[in-house]
Amino acid sequence: MSRAWALLARESALAWGRGGGPLVSVGFYAGVATLLPLAIGPESARLAAVAPGAAWVALALAALLSLDRLFERDFEDGALDLLVLSPIPLEIVCAIKCLGQWIATAAPLALAAPVAAIALGAEPRLAPLICACALIGGLAFSFVGGIGAALSLGARRGGLLTAVIVLPLFVPPVIFGGGALDALAGGLPWTSGFLLLAAYAAGAVALGPIAMAAACRNALS
Amino acid sequence: MICALTIQNLALRRGGRLLFQGLDLSLKAGEAAALTGRNGAGKTSLLRAVAGFVGPETGSIAFGDLDPSEARSEHIHFAGHHDGQKPARTVREELDFWTLWTGGTAESARLALEALELGSLLGLEVRRLSAGQRRRLAFARLLAAPRGLWLLDEPLSPLDADWRARFAAMMAEHLAKGGMIVAAVHDPLPIPATIVEVAA
Repeated sequence: MSRAWALLARESALAWGRGGGPLVSVGFYAGVATLLPLAIGPESARLAAVAPGAAWVALALAALLSLDRLFERDFEDGALDLLVLSPIPLEIVCAIKCLGQWIATAAPLALAAPVAAIALGAEPRLAPLICACALIGGLAFSFVGGIGAALSLGARRGGLLTAVIVLPLFVPPVIFGGGALDALAGGLPWTSGFLLLAAYAAGAVALGPIAMAAACRNALS
Repeated sequence: MICALTIQNLALRRGGRLLFQGLDLSLKAGEAAALTGRNGAGKTSLLRAVAGFVGPETGSIAFGDLDPSEARSEHIHFAGHHDGQKPARTVREELDFWTLWTGGTAESARLALEALELGSLLGLEVRRLSAGQRRRLAFARLLAAPRGLWLLDEPLSPLDADWRARFAAMMAEHLAKGGMIVAAVHDPLPIPATIVEVAA
């Protein structure tokens, strides 16, 4: 097994067991989806209208939960020092950590998202797009969120700082994904929103690790 | 193989405070240095500077003919106060991963396990290990992947007398094979070593 595969396996396993891991994220997501009818009323027509968008925003919030410890634990316990002393560039290490995070949390959330949306009254035909948006959007959330997690390394109340840094960066994928879902629900062309979401995710995957690595080096020094 | 470490006129600053300046150190293959000094004098920071985590205020750190980034990524082991081991992972999982990460093999990991007598602890989660056992697991990483320069921070502190003697023998063997050791210590290092006083 190569170093990169070994790190991905380790990160996925750690993310699965990490506080705020997939079960907590899915539980939080289910909680938000349950609270929504209580807040806006149980009328099915009103719920069905906001269901895809609400499921999408809940997904973004759930993704935040597991981000704050993405680098913090490795920073505190010395693992980040050891990961740096390797032929694998730190940028790749950061990308693999985000990928592990995505595998462990975004995949379960992508399965939960259509269920929650349909439970809120969304049409079942939206389920594949909700799942696809959740998977691709989850990639963007992980890689953009990783920047916030790396920038808040060593800071007091780093989790809160991560959320403050990251939430504005979550706006574009929420708009693009929500727009695609609304368009499909309304019988309009939805591909442009979906492609913009995919482009944003690709940009985050390409550029995020550079920012993360720079922030990690700064924290280590 | 890394064959020399040369530190010239090094000054380090941390948190706006100048830790030390004008520090020189020259090591060749088979030699060790013991960094001594008061708490907060900058011994750990010096180790971290050699590892490349901390940039010097002035001065230089060179590794013979090797490019510094290559030396750090392939020829340095760093064993700091924090060992990087995850409490929920088993001894085997941790050793296998770090052996692969630092360029070792399954056979070298097996030999390291034997040398550190960790075979009976393989299935145990790291959280169940004593401080001394955790330190032995950290040392197993040093033996499992052949890297020339060992940077050790208080290497012997959690070990009992028996394991201190055994690890001293392992360090001596590493030097005999042409390796180098730089260790931050409060107690004398039980191998022949150049004493470097780290002070402002």
